[in-house]
Amino acid sequence: MSEILVKDKDVVIPGQTLATGMDYLPANGTLREEEKIISSQVGLVNLNGRLIKVIPLTGPYIPKKDDVVIGKVVDITLNGWRLDIGCAYHANISLRDGVEEFVERGSDLSQYYNYGDYVMAKITNISSSKLIDLTIKGHGLRKLTEGQVMKITPSKVPRVIGKQGSMISLIKEKTNTKILVGQNGWVWISGQDPEKEIKAMNAIKIVNEESQTDGLTDKIDKYLGGKNDIQKKKQ
Amino acid sequence: MTYKRKNNRKYDELRPMEAKVGVIKRADGSAMFKIGGTTAIAAVYGPRELYPGHLQNPQKGVLRCNYNMLAFSGSGDRVRPGPSRRSKEISLVTENALNPALILDKFDNSVIDVFIEMTNTDAGTRCAGITAASLALADAGIPMKDLVAAVSVGKIKDALVVDLDYDEDSYEEGVDLPVAMMVNSEKITLVQMDGLIKKEEVIQAIKNVKKALKKVHKVQVNALKEKYAK
Repeated sequence: MSEILVKDKDVVIPGQTLATGMDYLPANGTLREEEKIISSQVGLVNLNGRLIKVIPLTGPYIPKKDDVVIGKVVDITLNGWRLDIGCAYHANISLRDGVEEFVERGSDLSQYYNYGDYVMAKITNISSSKLIDLTIKGHGLRKLTEGQVMKITPSKVPRVIGKQGSMISLIKEKTNTKILVGQNGWVWISGQDPEKEIKAMNAIKIVNEESQTDGLTDKIDKYLGGKNDIQKKKQ
Repeated sequence: MTYKRKNNRKYDELRPMEAKVGVIKRADGSAMFKIGGTTAIAAVYGPRELYPGHLQNPQKGVLRCNYNMLAFSGSGDRVRPGPSRRSKEISLVTENALNPALILDKFDNSVIDVFIEMTNTDAGTRCAGITAASLALADAGIPMKDLVAAVSVGKIKDALVVDLDYDEDSYEEGVDLPVAMMVNSEKITLVQMDGLIKKEEVIQAIKNVKKALKKVHKVQVNALKEKYAK
């Protein structure tokens, strides 16, 4: 009775029937309507055994615990900072999660993080009323001085990073820049040469726009000068 | 007495349609929907924080629509800009037409703003607005059960016609009946009516409009696939 109506990696739209019958299970991006499984988002179908999932191609960032994100300081409160992390809710860094040293009561907190500063931080807790707590204590978490921040679609972050970081390390290597990608789709780029910085940004833009095409790593490689190809030919 | 439509249009024939997704770069989601001489542009922003706080809903996100007809949009007089009694009503029915399709329980205490601007109007604006807004919401990645499509149906001189233009809409003894529907599940989310009509005719009109809405839905699907399935 049960039947799958789509193939793996098909692009589906909201309301489209993906499968009929009760043999399949709806996962993220899908829902069951009576005997049918329908898509609830624009995305790519992912079939995994009996599970049917839709990986979104667009959409807002939904914060999760343990995500490493990039945020911008928008407010300084009595005991910490409030950050915009690109979702519907603000995030908080409390004093003890923000700085290592002892901070005297009533001292000026803007000396640590000022308005407009970008910070790489980790989500430690999300309360039921959507209060998000961040920490700066952890490996690689810090305030981001210099460089610039760009925004990409949050669901495409895994593609920008690539398998085991292949894509991001390719861009880093070719443009000689430092890049940090937050799970919220904010990307920090810093390099010695501003032109290379822009080139890295453009490369990330291409990945963001053409995320579902095959052979993207080769394309980016070519865009950034394609030294790898020459080396391969020589060998 | 048979009624003959402009351009030899059949009773169940829609005006030529066109849809495009992602027309506004800075919006989170956007779409344009054109049907005959009516063009709607919808932009979605959010989910974002909602203030003042008493408007917040702690159980689910709030959808806020704003319908606006631009001053130069009509074929006659200049439309007085800014909110009016009529645009407030249409904003409200648009919200009610779109809300049943959306799944907003993950966005509690926040708001999703939809701005619908009519750049050209030749009747059927609320329907074009709903159709465009549904596309824009899908483009913004808001989870939804189904796309919502809308089109009007009416009665002119005993004929049940689909997708009225301005002359038909303003026909004195005519009936105008805009319908919005979640197309796959055939659940109707908006019915309004203006004029006098028999019960049987309403039932027949809604049957006719369901067929027409399938055509609108096809245009919506193609527009989304054009952007995302390159």
